[in-house]
Amino acid sequence: MEKRNLTCIGCPMGCQITVEFEGEEVFSVKGNTCAIGDKYARQEVTHPERTVTSTVIVTGGDKERCSVKTKGNIPKEKIFACMDAINHAIVAAPVHIGDIVIKDVCGTGVDVVATKNVDAA
Amino acid sequence: MYDVIIIGAGVTGSAVARELSRYKLNVCVLEKEEDVCCGTSKANSAIIHAGFDAAEGSLMARFNVRGNEMMDQLAADLDIPFKRNGAMVVCIHESEKDGLKDLYDRGVANGVKGLQILNREEALEKEPNLSEKVVAALYAPTSGIVCPFMLNIAMAENANVNGVEFFFNTEVEKLTPATCEKCGQPIWKIRTNNGEYKAKYVINAAGVYADYFHNMVSEKKIHITPRRGDYCLLDKTVGGHVSHTIFPQPTKLGKGVLVSPTVHGNLIVGPTAIDIEDKEANATTAAGINDLISKAGDHVRNLPIRQVITSFAGLRAHEDGHEFIIGEVEDAPHFIDCAGIESPGLTSSPAIGEYVGQMMKEKMGLEEKEEWTGTRKGILNPSDLSIEERNELIKKEPAYGRIICRCEMVTEGEIMDAIHRPLGARSLDGVKRRTRAGMGRCQAGFCSPRTMEIINRELGIPMEKITKLGGDSKMVLERTKGGAQ
Amino acid sequence: MAGMISYDIVIVGGGPAGLAAAVSAKKAGTDSILIIERDKELGGILNQCIHNGFGLHTFKEELTGPEYAYRFIEQVYDLGIEYKLDTMVMDISNDKVVTAMNRTEGMFQVKAGAVILAMGCRERPRGALNIPGYRPAGIYSAGTAQRLVNMEGYMPGREVVILGSGDIGLIMARRMTFEGAIVKVVAELMPFSGGLKRNIVQCLDDYGIPLKLSHTIVDIEGKERVSAVTIAEVGPDMKPIPGTEERYTCDTLLLSTGLIPENELSRGAGVEMNPVTNGPAVNEILETSIPGVFACGNVLHVHDLVDYVSEEATRAGANAAAYVQSGCKDAKEGGDIKLIATEGARYTVPGTINVSRMEDNLTVRFRVGAVFKDSYVSVYFDDERVQHRKKRIMAPGEMEQIILQKKKLQECPDLKTITIKIEAE
Repeated sequence: MEKRNLTCIGCPMGCQITVEFEGEEVFSVKGNTCAIGDKYARQEVTHPERTVTSTVIVTGGDKERCSVKTKGNIPKEKIFACMDAINHAIVAAPVHIGDIVIKDVCGTGVDVVATKNVDAA
Repeated sequence: MYDVIIIGAGVTGSAVARELSRYKLNVCVLEKEEDVCCGTSKANSAIIHAGFDAAEGSLMARFNVRGNEMMDQLAADLDIPFKRNGAMVVCIHESEKDGLKDLYDRGVANGVKGLQILNREEALEKEPNLSEKVVAALYAPTSGIVCPFMLNIAMAENANVNGVEFFFNTEVEKLTPATCEKCGQPIWKIRTNNGEYKAKYVINAAGVYADYFHNMVSEKKIHITPRRGDYCLLDKTVGGHVSHTIFPQPTKLGKGVLVSPTVHGNLIVGPTAIDIEDKEANATTAAGINDLISKAGDHVRNLPIRQVITSFAGLRAHEDGHEFIIGEVEDAPHFIDCAGIESPGLTSSPAIGEYVGQMMKEKMGLEEKEEWTGTRKGILNPSDLSIEERNELIKKEPAYGRIICRCEMVTEGEIMDAIHRPLGARSLDGVKRRTRAGMGRCQAGFCSPRTMEIINRELGIPMEKITKLGGDSKMVLERTKGGAQ
Repeated sequence: MAGMISYDIVIVGGGPAGLAAAVSAKKAGTDSILIIERDKELGGILNQCIHNGFGLHTFKEELTGPEYAYRFIEQVYDLGIEYKLDTMVMDISNDKVVTAMNRTEGMFQVKAGAVILAMGCRERPRGALNIPGYRPAGIYSAGTAQRLVNMEGYMPGREVVILGSGDIGLIMARRMTFEGAIVKVVAELMPFSGGLKRNIVQCLDDYGIPLKLSHTIVDIEGKERVSAVTIAEVGPDMKPIPGTEERYTCDTLLLSTGLIPENELSRGAGVEMNPVTNGPAVNEILETSIPGVFACGNVLHVHDLVDYVSEEATRAGANAAAYVQSGCKDAKEGGDIKLIATEGARYTVPGTINVSRMEDNLTVRFRVGAVFKDSYVSVYFDDERVQHRKKRIMAPGEMEQIILQKKKLQECPDLKTITIKIEAE
C-alpha cells in the first residue's frame, strides 16, 4: 500500500491531504475538509493529469513564436515528452486559434492546438 | 605613435581629452569598459559643489571653484542640463554653529561667492522641509546640480568630434618606459589586452586604479582607497521635497549624507562612506542602505524614503593625502597623473582638463587647431518642443512618435540618436545614460525588450549578444525551441 | 495643430479592461468609441499569459490568456469599434482632452465625452525593494521575462532564482522549467504565498521547486551577469535573521513582488487617489472624482482573476455610455454613503455609494490583509450589523466581495457609512 501527502488545490485553504492507495484502488483520504478535496486526491493519486501550454516556432509569420496548449489534460508523466514534441514542432503562418499543431501528442489522444492567431508576414 | 594617450574615459579623462583636442595633436583614450562614464563618474551625487569644503590653498579648492565657474558656459556649449539650485549646510546642534562659521570662512578664502549664514527662520523660509531641529545653515547659492553622465559623455563626444580616438574594452596591462628612436625623448609602451600602443605622453586618469598605474612607473608610491558610497534615488513625484542640496555638517569622512533634487527631477539621498579594498566592489549592502536611511532623515523632515526607485553604489578614488594629485610624476618623465580625483572631482573635471591642457601646451609647445569646435548638440528632447514642432519632427522621422520608455517618455528617435552619434551607445546602460530610457520608476521592465530590438536593428548585434553593460552582461542567452530562427 | 477630433468615449488601454469596457459601451448604444493602445496589438498583458486557467467565470471554460483576449478582440472587430495601436497617451486633462502620439499621426488631441481609464498595472522593480548587491544583467521582473520567453522567444537564463510567490512568479517557474531552465528556489518574504494554491502545486511542487516562505534576498553577486544570490530567513520584523543565509548559484533572478496600478495619467488629470489601492477613488458607477472619467481593471485595484476585470469593465463601459447618453450630466440625487474597510479588510471598491444611481445589486470588492480561517465578513450600516457571513478561508491573494441591495439601502435614508470588517465570531 502506498501513502502520499498532497496539498489540495481546490481553494486557498490548501488542506494537507493524506491518501492511502494501491494502483487504482484508494483505501482512504484524510485531512480534507470538503468533498472537493476527496475528489481531487483520488484523481491525483490514480490519474494525475495536466494541461501543457507553451510556444512553437512559426515560419513566414508576423511573429516568430505562436502559443499553444494541449486541447485537454494529458497524463502528468507525459509532460516532458509532450514538451519535447512541442519544441520540435514548426508551423507555417497563417495560424488560427484552434488549429491543430500536433495531432495526438505522444499517443495521448490529445491534440496540441494554437491559442493565438499569427498572420502571414 | 600617439602624442598623448589618456588612460580612462571617465569625467577627468574626457575633460582632459576635450582640452587636448584643441591642439594639433594625436590623442587617444584607452578605456577598459565598453563605454565612457563607467566608473566613479557614473555613480556620485551629481552635485556641482560651490567650493567651501576643500582646504584653503589646496588643488581641490582651486579646481572646485574654477570648475564651478566654468559650468554655465560649458553646459551651454555642450547642451547638457545644469541648474544652480543652491546648497545649504544645515546645523542642528547649537553647539556646532561654530563649524558653520569655519566653513563660511574657508569658502570665502577659497573664493566662493555669495555665501551667507542663515538663522533658523531664514533657513526654513528658503527650505520649508528642513528638520525641525535646524538652528542655522550655511547657504551657497552657486552650488548646482548636473547630469553626471551627460557631462562626461558630452565632453568625450566633443573630444571625439575634434579628433580624439577612443578605444573601448581596452585594458592597460603594463606601462614600459622607452626612448624614441627618432627624437631621443622618453616615450611609453603600453601593453593592453588589445595590443600595444605607444605614446610620447601618458595621462593617468584611471580613477580608483590611478594608484596602480602610478605605482607601476614610480618609486614614490601613492595609495587610493575605494571609498564606497551607497545612494538611493527617489521617484520624481517627490523630487520637489527639497529644492536645494541639503548637506549635514561635514566630518572627517566627507560631506555626509546629502538630500538633493537631481537635475532630472528625482530626489537623491546619499552617500555613505565605507572604505573597502576591492576596486570593483560597487555592490550596495543592506548595512549601507540601512545606514543611509537612518541618517537621511536627520536634516530633512518627512523624507519620503519609501518612494525609492533604485539604489546604487559608487567608489570614490580616495588618496591617502585627500588631495588631487595632478602633474608629471617626478621619477617617470612624460607620465602625468590625474589621481585621487574624489569629490569634488565631478565639479573640478573641466578645470582639471583646462589645467592639464595648458600644462601640456607648455610642455609640448602645442599649436591650436584652426577648425576646433567647442560646442556640441545634445540628444534632442522632444518634450521640450511645442506640439507643432514635435509633429514636424515626427513627420521627418516617425521614430520620434514612438514612446519606448513609458516612465521617462523617451522616444525611439532619441534612442536611435544615442546609438548613432559619435561614441554612440552599444548597450542598454549606454542607452540609459544617454537618453534616460530605463531610468524611471519601472527600472526598465517595460522598455528593455523594446530597446534591445532597436539595438539589434540599428547595430546588427544579435539579440543574444546584446549586453546591459558590456562584457558578459548578456540580456538573453538563447532562443527558445533550441535556438531555431 | 489640426482640429481636435472628438469621441463620445475614449478608452485608455486595450487590455482586458479596455476591451470589455468598449464592447459593453457599444452594446449599450454608444457608437463613437476610441480605444488607444500603446502596444502593437490589442489584448494587453493577456498576450504573454499563455498558460490556461482564464475565463472559468466568464465563459465557463478554461482558456489561455491569448484565447481569452481574443474573445473580446473579436467582438471589438465585429462591433466595428475604432482603436489605435502603437499609440501612447501622453496626457489626460481634467476636462477630458486626451493627448496621444504615434509614428504616423504624430501628437494629436481627442476631446472625449467620457474617458475610461484602463491602463492596467506594472510590476514592482528591484529598486523599490532595496535588495542589496551588484546590479548586473539577469535581473528581470517576472512579467518582463514572461514577455521575452512567450512573445519574443528568448530565454533570459538557464539557472533561475525567483523572489516573490505571486502568480506570475509561480507561472514563470513552470515556464522556465518547460523551456529547459533549472529553477532552484522561490523565496517569499511573507509567511504565506500571494499566489493560488493550484499554482503552487502545479508550478512548483510538480517539478520539485522549493518554496521558502519568510525568506528574502540579502545579496546579489556578479558584476556583469548574475552569478549567485543569497537568501535568508526573515523574522517577524521582516528583517533577515543572521546565520540563516543560503547561497544559490544562478544566472537569473526573477522578481514577482507585487503589482502597482499604473496611474501617472490619472494623477496628471487630477483624479483623486485611494492610498491603499494606489488606484483612483471611485463611486458606485466606477466614476472617479472627475465626472465622466471612469476606471476599471488593474488600474483601479489589482485583481486576482481576469474574469472580475471583465465584469468590472463591463459595468464601467455601460456607465460611461449612460453618462454620455444623458448629455454628460451628473444624474445623482441625495448624499453619498462612505464605505469603510477596517479590522482585516484593507479597502473597498467602490469607496462611496449614491443610492439614487446604484444598481439593484451592487458588488463591492475588497481584499483582506492577512490569512483568516473560519472568520466572518461583517457589514455594518452605521453601527448596525446587517450582514454576517462565515468564510472558511480568506487570504490576501484573493479578492472578496459582498453584495449590497439597493432596496435595503433605500430603507435607511439617513445612512452615512457602511463598514466592512473581518470578525472572529
